[in-house]
Amino acid sequence: MNIDAIHNGIVIDHIRAGQAMKIYDFLDLGSLDCPVAIIKYATSNKMGRKDIIKIDSELKVDLNALGYIDPEITINIIRDGVRVKKYHPELPELITNIIRCKNPRCITSIEQELPHVFKLIDREKDEYRCVYCESKAGK
Amino acid sequence: MRHITSITDLSIEEIDELIEVAQDIIAHPDTYREKCRYKKLATLFYEPSTRTRLSFEAAMIELGGQVLGFSEAASSSAAKGESVADTIRTVCCYADIIAMRHPKEGAPTVAAMHASVPIINAGDGGHNHPTQTLTDLLTIRREKGHFDNLTVGLCGDLKFGRTVHSLITAMCRYPGVRFVLISPEELKVPSYVKIPLKSGNVPYTQTTDLRSVMPELDVLYMTRVQRERFFNEDDYVRLKDSYILTPEKLETAKDDLIILHPLPRVNEISVAVDNDPRACYFKQALYGKFIRMALILKLLEVQA
Repeated sequence: MNIDAIHNGIVIDHIRAGQAMKIYDFLDLGSLDCPVAIIKYATSNKMGRKDIIKIDSELKVDLNALGYIDPEITINIIRDGVRVKKYHPELPELITNIIRCKNPRCITSIEQELPHVFKLIDREKDEYRCVYCESKAGK
Repeated sequence: MRHITSITDLSIEEIDELIEVAQDIIAHPDTYREKCRYKKLATLFYEPSTRTRLSFEAAMIELGGQVLGFSEAASSSAAKGESVADTIRTVCCYADIIAMRHPKEGAPTVAAMHASVPIINAGDGGHNHPTQTLTDLLTIRREKGHFDNLTVGLCGDLKFGRTVHSLITAMCRYPGVRFVLISPEELKVPSYVKIPLKSGNVPYTQTTDLRSVMPELDVLYMTRVQRERFFNEDDYVRLKDSYILTPEKLETAKDDLIILHPLPRVNEISVAVDNDPRACYFKQALYGKFIRMALILKLLEVQA
């Protein structure tokens, strides 16, 4: 398998083994027209097995939202072939248009233009609720 | 400018202040006849209502103001697909304050995001109904004299009963209050309603049996199982007659119990209970007008 090093982009590392596609869908990476590599069940000293995603492009989304899916992942920002930043995503106070409210009684169920916004209610329990109807976000 | 989409938008001190103003309006109605002269209230009701809409309108009229609005979505541009945001931006051009009822949860929050005048949530789906809660609180204050150390039984549809959710949220902030939550398994309170109970260590018990807890209660808040909240008619039919309050069931109740109901009722309180001195639900409907007068004054920043 030959995957080139990326020049300007993002490496999402330490994804729980088997969860890469979930993050791929979450970030809507299928809509990008740049190279995206998904490495599944890679060997990891720390985790045993892990997934990795390499994106050869700058993403215009709040990557901290990934903390909602898996706070253990590592985000590496690559500029000119060099890693310039490495961090764990923090749970953001608000998540906008990343998860959708599933409450059929929520105003978002009939008003298509409304952003789906979830607010962090309990950081320890990773609990988010819809800012409109207060329904719990489902992972 | 303030909006009231949830009872938590008001502090305990502000609720107490509203209750005091409402009590003063009851005692001295003439003092308030011109307070809102030249002001207009818009009542935007996307869902049917008798008491809430008419009490809002009566409240504004008794304050000397005027009223405009619609009483069903079909007679507004919502029927043509207009969004809540666009409707609100428009109505803000014509009114000084808006009371809004909508079948979808969170619609008043959307309205508040786009409004240049105060928005009052007059009920949003099964979510919140803060002015009913203010009504309930004024009724409890007038009939019991205090809020603390009361055992409050809430009975019926606690899942979709928005008045129940707002009342729990409000009452759990007073010391010594205990809740008895009486409902069928399928209609228990949603988890988000229990958050303030758990975080505030407020004691509560859940049961399916009204009869066994009746002797403990200082306040019994009955609710209707609401057909309009069910997607499945069979579920509604199965649950609608879960609790029917009768004189016989009240035999073990305290003499100073007060029985509340946000109304309308269907059959969950037998009409034979209406003449019981403990039945306060029609007084409650009257108090609703006075507390809404107090709220309108507050949000329009008119000196009471």
